Amino acid sequence: MVSKNDLSDGIESVRSDFPIFKRRINGKRFAYLDSASTSQKPKQVIKAISDYYVNYNSNIHRGIYNIAEKSTSMYISSKEHIAKYINANSYNEIIYTRNTTESINLVALTLGNEYVNKEDHILITDLEHHSNIVPWQLLAKRKSAAVDYIKLDESKEHLDINSIKEQLEKDPKIVAISHASNVLGTVNDVKEITREAHKHGSIVIVDGAQAVSHMSVDVRDINCDFYAFSSHKMFGPSGIGVLYGKEELLENMGPLYGGGDMIHTVTHDTYSWNSLPWKFEAGTPNIEGAIGLNAAIDYIEQIGIQRIAKHNMALTAYLLEHLSKIDDITVYGPKNVDNRRIGVVSFDIKGLHPHDVAQVFDSEGIAIRAGHHCAMPLITESLNRSALSRISFNVYNNYVEIDRALKAIKKAKKLFKVK
Amino acid sequence: MDFYAEELISHYEHPHNKGVISNSDSKFHEYNPTCGDDITIYLKIKNDIIEDVKFDGNGCSISIASASMLTDFVKGKKLSEIEKMDFKTLKELINIDPGPARLKCATLSLKTLKGAVFLYEHKPMDQNTKNM
Ligand SMILES: Cc1ncc(COP(=O)(O)O)c(C=O)c1O
Repeated sequence: MVSKNDLSDGIESVRSDFPIFKRRINGKRFAYLDSASTSQKPKQVIKAISDYYVNYNSNIHRGIYNIAEKSTSMYISSKEHIAKYINANSYNEIIYTRNTTESINLVALTLGNEYVNKEDHILITDLEHHSNIVPWQLLAKRKSAAVDYIKLDESKEHLDINSIKEQLEKDPKIVAISHASNVLGTVNDVKEITREAHKHGSIVIVDGAQAVSHMSVDVRDINCDFYAFSSHKMFGPSGIGVLYGKEELLENMGPLYGGGDMIHTVTHDTYSWNSLPWKFEAGTPNIEGAIGLNAAIDYIEQIGIQRIAKHNMALTAYLLEHLSKIDDITVYGPKNVDNRRIGVVSFDIKGLHPHDVAQVFDSEGIAIRAGHHCAMPLITESLNRSALSRISFNVYNNYVEIDRALKAIKKAKKLFKVK
Repeated sequence: MDFYAEELISHYEHPHNKGVISNSDSKFHEYNPTCGDDITIYLKIKNDIIEDVKFDGNGCSISIASASMLTDFVKGKKLSEIEKMDFKTLKELINIDPGPARLKCATLSLKTLKGAVFLYEHKPMDQNTKNM
């Protein structure tokens, strides 16, 4: 096996921005092939967070003193930056939550509660993460509504176009769909689905957890009503996520939580809400998280999301090519490397449990994911497996790590005497 | 590699006591949804002693090998001895420390066995298994 060590445009130098790669695991250089789970953090993000603690730790919106003004303005510029990054109209449309999961639940618990009634339909897809399934199941249960699923096509690689058409005929109140699958790597045509869904009067929410660090996202071009994602999957800290919502919708939604910052005035008997986006952010938010996320987006912009995408696709193509040459391996998800997939590859080795595969990888210092990837309906019902192994990439990965992964597969097969 | 000792791999490849007992006195099924490990244990019991035991199911090497070793170990044991078994006994038996990530794989068969014994006796499960 010949290793390609260089990616032609010099992107491999970014690896040194990530301090964790100095570590050795089980005596081996640490290879992290689980970025779909969470990304590693560059020193620029770590520094931005520690700078907040060291130099201007203070609450926002409250203090009339130097450092409180600094932290407030840093928090707001984080929102402005996000708004610009995903092409929202303004930061009024950017609500900070804890993660993608909370963003989706926020919509289900506010707009969902108001808008969905008995016997209404909520439409999701066969390739969703639990975080874009269970909030809708809960809503459907509260309202005696139905959750329907857009099916995968024959190849089990993409959503079935006919199933989309068929399900939209039910005029679902809500259509919730992932931008990219965390198991198959499939990128859904969310723009087209949104356009069709709007013809049926549906509200469209897109789960962008996997997409944001792999492709440029333009919420106005997609024209979805809501877009949810997590900072921790895009080089930022965990504990902070984003809900983008169209301003006119957010204006008309009630808040989820009550408390400080989300109100305008309070008397013994009455209250009035604060303006957007603060109406949805009760209590002291994750200030250092917002600052870290801002630095993470700086970081992505400095490298360029197109370069990151190209890099991840080059690695994916290399991995897919080599996996296809190994006996007894089934690869799930699209085999074509184009703009309809991201750098997430799930596979199964005949006769080997994914936990054993991951354990052998770990003994080689390589982190991969094994299990149902929080997508049980996809894995157990659509793909008819109980668990899968998954390799996923981001900007700091390289061909050498893939070669090591391929070697680990051979080692696992040998150890367990699979041919 | 330490984790996958020869003995463990050999039990995984050729598990002992694999199969079903059609006229069992007790039968219990456990499932671990995070990895799909799935084990059913069948017991033949006489005078509160395990006369015969078989297990059936699918799983990773740790869960299958520990089921194989465990079923070997408990044959001829009193039910009261099974009730006293805990994670420590199991760890000694399988001779590896599965670590937190594989704990559930390793303990699935013991949990299932205890379930089968419980079903036979209708006694509440003891604290040792509850927390596994
Ligand atoms: C597609 C998808 N949606 C949602 C989530 C949930 O993200 P979080 O755990 O940050 O809420 C994930 C995380 O794995 C994901 O991959």
